[in-house]
Amino acid sequence: MTSSALALNGVLAVESDPGGGFTPPGIGEFFPEAIASFSLLGVEFEITRITLILWVATLAMVAFLVATVKNPQIVPGKMQFIGESGYSFVRDGIARDVIGPKGLPFAPFLASLFFFILANNLMAIIPLAQISPMSKFAFPLVLAVICWLVYIAVGIRNQGVWPYFRDIMFLPGVPKPMYVLITPLELLQNFIVRPFTLAIRLFANMFAGHMLLVTFALGATYLLTVGNFSAVFGPISALMAIAMTFFELLVIFLQAYVFTMLMGTYLNGSVEPAH
Amino acid sequence: MSILAAAEGANPLIPPVGEIIIGTIAFAVLAFVVIKFVAPRFEQVFKARREAIEGGIERAEAMQAEAKASLEQYRAQLAEARTEAAQIRDTARAEGQQILEELRAQAQEESARIVARGEEQLAANRQQVVQQLRGQIGTLAVELAGRVVGESLTDDARRSGTVDRFLDQLDGMSATTASADGRGGSSAYAPQGDR
Repeated sequence: MTSSALALNGVLAVESDPGGGFTPPGIGEFFPEAIASFSLLGVEFEITRITLILWVATLAMVAFLVATVKNPQIVPGKMQFIGESGYSFVRDGIARDVIGPKGLPFAPFLASLFFFILANNLMAIIPLAQISPMSKFAFPLVLAVICWLVYIAVGIRNQGVWPYFRDIMFLPGVPKPMYVLITPLELLQNFIVRPFTLAIRLFANMFAGHMLLVTFALGATYLLTVGNFSAVFGPISALMAIAMTFFELLVIFLQAYVFTMLMGTYLNGSVEPAH
Repeated sequence: MSILAAAEGANPLIPPVGEIIIGTIAFAVLAFVVIKFVAPRFEQVFKARREAIEGGIERAEAMQAEAKASLEQYRAQLAEARTEAAQIRDTARAEGQQILEELRAQAQEESARIVARGEEQLAANRQQVVQQLRGQIGTLAVELAGRVVGESLTDDARRSGTVDRFLDQLDGMSATTASADGRGGSSAYAPQGDR
């Protein structure tokens, strides 16, 4: 049962109740019924349709990427061209241009991030799925924590433990009394705000996008079925849902790019000593 | 509806541990494939493509250099041919000139010779005529004189002496008149002007 169908049930249930009116979709959208649940080593696993969508998206992206490089040609075919464009977009646009000359070794990692987020985000508008796993906070959080660990590790490896933390805590070229203010801010920014904003930005965008789409779609259904003059506004709501889907497509690509891009700038700070 | 009710209480910002683990695994799978397999293949393709392009450029440069060299060669050959042609033309012209000169000289020589021969012949004719006239005039004069005087002056020696002296006088006269009017011949023979 899809989430929309689930919500539709809710709407129909409401409609059967004459005094009910329209109930907007709630947080329940993101907590679908578990298909299976089991406990492993004391950890509860719930397999929901969102979990399935995550796997479908990930495996589809893996299959696509493998297909693009299965038989690589110097003059690329259509398939190879698409995969190559995505990879060189991250490799040249982020790894090389944002991180700098030392950035190319990070291109595969950044490309993984980009492709993973893109595949999962795309699920937000693909029919029958229509919800992005990235609107579950756990998945963006995982990516943010991985990024956090990576850029700290890269910083320590490139600059040494003490110089890395010293340059963050005591920015060179700042008057000494200012450290009282700047040191806590820098620590907070580098080690708490950065990963948190990375995760929140992606999560909130996909969460809000899904809510918007569901609201307009359910609103159209409700207005058309409520059986009075409101039916006139049904098509408008439906049109809005379609328009919002295109907007969502933009957000999907933008958020995948922004996440990767920010990770690139963080890696840049780790690779190069502070100025 | 029990699920929905349960969900309403959930906080979307508190992730279940199970989801975190599943997400980690999913990303790890994709990252593994990309890092171990996809990215190296793409890098390989980029490298091959770069080399192919560079090789192509090198080949094109070589061909261009070759074309330039042959163009230079052709130009040099053309210039050479031109100078050669000019030389040949000059030589031909000079030769023509020479031939012309030779012909002219020959013609002049020929004409000079013809003129000389003509003059010689005329001189000889003149001489002959003078001789004949001298003889006839002498005879006629003597005859006339004999008739006038009435006696025959047949003594050859005296006669010839007198006649010759007279003729020499005549010759001297004609020589002075000839030098006076600037022409080579004497008035003794007529057709000197147009020969």
